[in-house]
Amino acid sequence: MTRYLGLYFTRIGFSLATALIGAFFALPLVWFIFAPFNPRAELGFSIPEPFSLANFEAVFQNGFAMRGLWNSLVQSVGGVILVGAGATLASYALSRSPIPGKSVITYILLLFSSVVSGSAAMVPIFLIINGIGLIDTQIAVILVFAGGLLPTAMFILRDFIDSIPKSYEESAMVAGASPVQAFFDVALPVIRPGVVVVVVWAFVSIWGSFLIPFILLRSSEKMPASVAIYSFYSEAGTPIVTLLAAYSLLYSLPVVILYLFVSWKFGFRFFGGIKA
Amino acid sequence: MKSFSLLSRGTGVAFLTPAGLLIGAFVIAPFFWVIYVSFTNRSLLGRTALNPDFVGLANYFSLFDAATFLTRGEFGSSLILTIQFVLLSAVVGQAALGMVLAWMLQSVPRSLKHVTEAVAIGAWILPEVVIAFAWFAFLDYENGTLNMIMEALGFPPGDWLLSFPFWAVVVFNTWRGTAFSMMLFNSAFSSIPPSYFQAADVAGASSWQKFRDIGLPLIRGHVVTDLILITMWSFNVFTPFLLTSGGPSYRTEILPIYTYRIAFRDFDFGKGAAVGVVVMLINLVFALFYLWVMRRRAKGVAA
Repeated sequence: MTRYLGLYFTRIGFSLATALIGAFFALPLVWFIFAPFNPRAELGFSIPEPFSLANFEAVFQNGFAMRGLWNSLVQSVGGVILVGAGATLASYALSRSPIPGKSVITYILLLFSSVVSGSAAMVPIFLIINGIGLIDTQIAVILVFAGGLLPTAMFILRDFIDSIPKSYEESAMVAGASPVQAFFDVALPVIRPGVVVVVVWAFVSIWGSFLIPFILLRSSEKMPASVAIYSFYSEAGTPIVTLLAAYSLLYSLPVVILYLFVSWKFGFRFFGGIKA
Repeated sequence: MKSFSLLSRGTGVAFLTPAGLLIGAFVIAPFFWVIYVSFTNRSLLGRTALNPDFVGLANYFSLFDAATFLTRGEFGSSLILTIQFVLLSAVVGQAALGMVLAWMLQSVPRSLKHVTEAVAIGAWILPEVVIAFAWFAFLDYENGTLNMIMEALGFPPGDWLLSFPFWAVVVFNTWRGTAFSMMLFNSAFSSIPPSYFQAADVAGASSWQKFRDIGLPLIRGHVVTDLILITMWSFNVFTPFLLTSGGPSYRTEILPIYTYRIAFRDFDFGKGAAVGVVVMLINLVFALFYLWVMRRRAKGVAA
């Protein structure tokens, strides 16, 4: 009897503690949820009354802000196409072709990509982009992101393709398909879920990041939203909070939607310990 | 018998080429390039921008100069700050809080579990810039949410980013990253057969005893994986720059921010590259350790 009482109290204690920690996580987000709908929003928290969409209207009328979102889209989609196509072809080759040392290649790539990470690589990446004359171009941002994300994308996809039996493609080839046909018509539809996960992961990574466009871009009309957001300051140097808040919410939406999509469609899992 | 393979070697190489070129240019080349630049006095403008001189180990000597090593704003001080930041925010903060949360989530009502997971994951997936602004608003002296709560509870308000900048970025990074550890440990705990815990319940074990004698020993491998990954990420994280820009007076200038200042504010690419090389060497140790753990586990599963 006392045993069940003990379990009962543990459950209550844990629930209270969890609620407290949950509140710790929620508090910094509270402002972010309410301020976009408050036309008189400041850095302080207040319930908007009445709820208003005026801040969003101001964002939509701000050409510079909209260009930032558009640039984010261009850079993310461009990077995603390179990562998706490059990783699919490469990981299929690593899984299915008789190239010697395939496992070693995969591990060396993974090693390099975690060693050459953002801050350690910013000097050489800037110099390389500067050297090939691509400073202040969106293509530079796209290429750098694609190169950086590809090793991990290949690692995830190779794992996925290895788990698919070869018999699908083999039977297609017995029926007379060429290897390239077997890849496009048989393998590709089967590995599509893996590609979708990689593509979403790459999109979210590029969409949210700040450092690479911050270093590689100069002119304000090429900045993605993550950098453009820093122009929402008044001439006195104080942030225009109403604009910032509504813009932050708009800018966050794709990430949240894609996250919900992936966890609904595939269930959220860990892909080699990779951060989404 | 020659094994039948689906792709010829030629097609395989062709398939690998696009990814290979991109990785070669933007991952492999930077690795060697940064080592080369670290031995030069390359800068952004002036004569040394185009024709940098070979300066040998001068940049490294300047980083490890005993006279200034521990001066605030110099390399050594930033390195020590980074180690403290990683130990406190990743190892103590993210891993320990993630572990406690994951354990408690096993036995709280489902609705509470889902809400807590949702806010923690929100902190983790939202873009870093957005998170930084939310924290500005949270910590603001005049009317920030935190000071509102402090006053309501009868405590004096604080100017957190000015008075406790280091602790602000430590708590910030803990808040930002705990979701990963929480989810990793959560799935590890759920993979333990429930019968183990039921047997312990029958024997009258407390939650702490179950955690110590069943939960923790069975997920040891996950703990190692988690610690390596979050340490490596926190060591390289640039996001605190968005909150404090490394200040006030270098008190939050962890190595990634230090590298940025040396290279892109002072335009001393040679010295910035030397910092990059040191950071990469430290990353290499972590990455090798991680690969070693993963390979050992892969073999363990096969055996």
